[in-house]
Amino acid sequence: MAAEAVIVTEGLTKVYNGQVAVDHLTFSVYEGEIFGFLGPNGAGKTTTLLMLLGLTEPTSGKATVVGIDPTREPVKVKRVVGYLPEHVGFYRDLNARQMLRYIAELNAIPAAEAEARIARALDIVGLAQEADKKIDAYSRGMRQRLGIAELLVKEPKVAFLDEPTIGLDPDATNRMVELIQQLSQERQMTILLSSHQLYQVQRICHRIGIMIRGRMVAQGPMERLAAEKFGIEGEQHTLEEIYMKYFQEA
Amino acid sequence: MHGLKTIMKKELADHLSSYRFLILFALIAMVSLVTAYMAGVNLSKELEGIAKPRHVFLMLFTSAGIRISLTQFVALFGPLVGLVLGFDSINRERNEGTLVQLLSQPIYRDAVINGKFLAGVAVIAVMMVSIVLMITGLGLLIVGVVPGLEELGRVALYLVISIIYVAFWLGVAMLFSILFRSMATSALAALAVWLFFSFFVPLGASAVANVLAPSTAEAAALVRRAQLERALSLISPMELYSHGTVAVIDPLRRTTRSLVQVGVLEQLSLTRFSGPLPLDQSLLVVLPYIITLVALTCVCFGVSYTAFMRQEIRSL
Ligand SMILES: Nc1ncnc2c1ncn2[C@@H]1O[C@H](COP(=O)(O)OP(=O)(O)O)[C@@H](O)[C@H]1O
Ligand SMILES: [Mg+2]
Repeated sequence: MAAEAVIVTEGLTKVYNGQVAVDHLTFSVYEGEIFGFLGPNGAGKTTTLLMLLGLTEPTSGKATVVGIDPTREPVKVKRVVGYLPEHVGFYRDLNARQMLRYIAELNAIPAAEAEARIARALDIVGLAQEADKKIDAYSRGMRQRLGIAELLVKEPKVAFLDEPTIGLDPDATNRMVELIQQLSQERQMTILLSSHQLYQVQRICHRIGIMIRGRMVAQGPMERLAAEKFGIEGEQHTLEEIYMKYFQEA
Repeated sequence: MHGLKTIMKKELADHLSSYRFLILFALIAMVSLVTAYMAGVNLSKELEGIAKPRHVFLMLFTSAGIRISLTQFVALFGPLVGLVLGFDSINRERNEGTLVQLLSQPIYRDAVINGKFLAGVAVIAVMMVSIVLMITGLGLLIVGVVPGLEELGRVALYLVISIIYVAFWLGVAMLFSILFRSMATSALAALAVWLFFSFFVPLGASAVANVLAPSTAEAAALVRRAQLERALSLISPMELYSHGTVAVIDPLRRTTRSLVQVGVLEQLSLTRFSGPLPLDQSLLVVLPYIITLVALTCVCFGVSYTAFMRQEIRSL
């Protein structure tokens, strides 16, 4: 691939009181791609994202995001990375517009520019009608879309999406997947997304990494992973089959 | 710097629009005004027919209204303001997942607690200043006293010390909100510390002094016992604060030692033998207490700071 590596990790490891959460992780994500982080609960996906953001200190190993070391310069990394956490939290007493304004202010976006971005973002995620309602009254799907609106306001180069479709009904899931694709295609964001829902990952990711118990057991485009495991080129395998194969071996 | 300002602004707006703040403020304003009103009425009764002495204005704060004077009220219940403003400042955000959200924005981690602390201090300052202003107005109405320049200076100094005192308790509450995930636990812990220092330590000091230096008929032993009790009670920030403000707001005091409760006329007659201390002298008397109080606040904030900077912030 000619594109530049945006995220690079080398032997990234996190140990929580003797328990290894992330085990010598080495992988790269290239500019403009959607990389799917796949693994069961407790595989270490969230921990990896937090280390890449500089919110958790690695026990050992190295990582760079856009060439910056998140442990040493977390603020610089957070300027270029947008993060949608697994459990999105919003201030309940604010409405969507106020929340986005706060995010814009924290990112030092000038007020006039911020207002324009907020209006556009609310439009794109379909919350313009509900923008003046308190977030407390939002459904899970609406909150998740508000999280995407935050990314649209912040306009980061890189987005980390932690389980963006978890707990959504099929309709909301489809909408979310479309929005993520839009971030990638229209904003050229590099996206690292984690999920344990195979179907969506298969739909939108350019490459995937399979993570089991802190270790990345395979990474690459889906077709190649299929070829490696099943040995027959060209034959169609669903991600689920590939995943199960790796999971049984681990 | 940018993050600090933004967070402080938001926290300030949150506080000022919260029911919690409004109820607290109404409660404290009510008690203060009633206390000052009673003190004012008593004062004007006692002072009827005699020439107005100096520093009558300050007596609005120091003479007993219903049971306790305004300064005593602040010493005892001021901490609650700090506790109520701070006990859930960090753990609420952690539990609701907004802390991760906040810290994934390009701000330094310390901007969060600095911003919250400063916003709390600003709220405390607003509360204290407006209460003192209301009392001043009340004093004008009831007793008809206009405070002199020196008296204003003393009140301003009193305000500063009081704000530091309440800020100390805000720091304690914030520390617990960092250490405990549950808001109920941090509220309870903060309350326990307040009860311990405000009620238990003063009582305990007397008990311990009794054991260590039993009173005998001897004068020297009595003095020793009194000194010991005083030293022990200074563990309590409330005692520090009381000692620190007493000579500031009550110019007739030459020491910070507690006097036998005396009435206004007796207090005034004392002035014949000893003139009031000038402001700078009063300041000198109380400076050690103020410095200790500031140091305590810094230590408390420092501990919060270190705890927060090392803490795992993920919301599980
Ligand atoms: N603060 C923590 N202390 C101890 N162990 C933790 C902590 N956070 C996560 N872990 C452990 O690390 C492992 C990886 O967790 P996580 O990264 O959340 O997995 P995933 O996001 O893939 O579900 C889990 O086994 C979890 O129990
Ligand atoms: Mg996770």
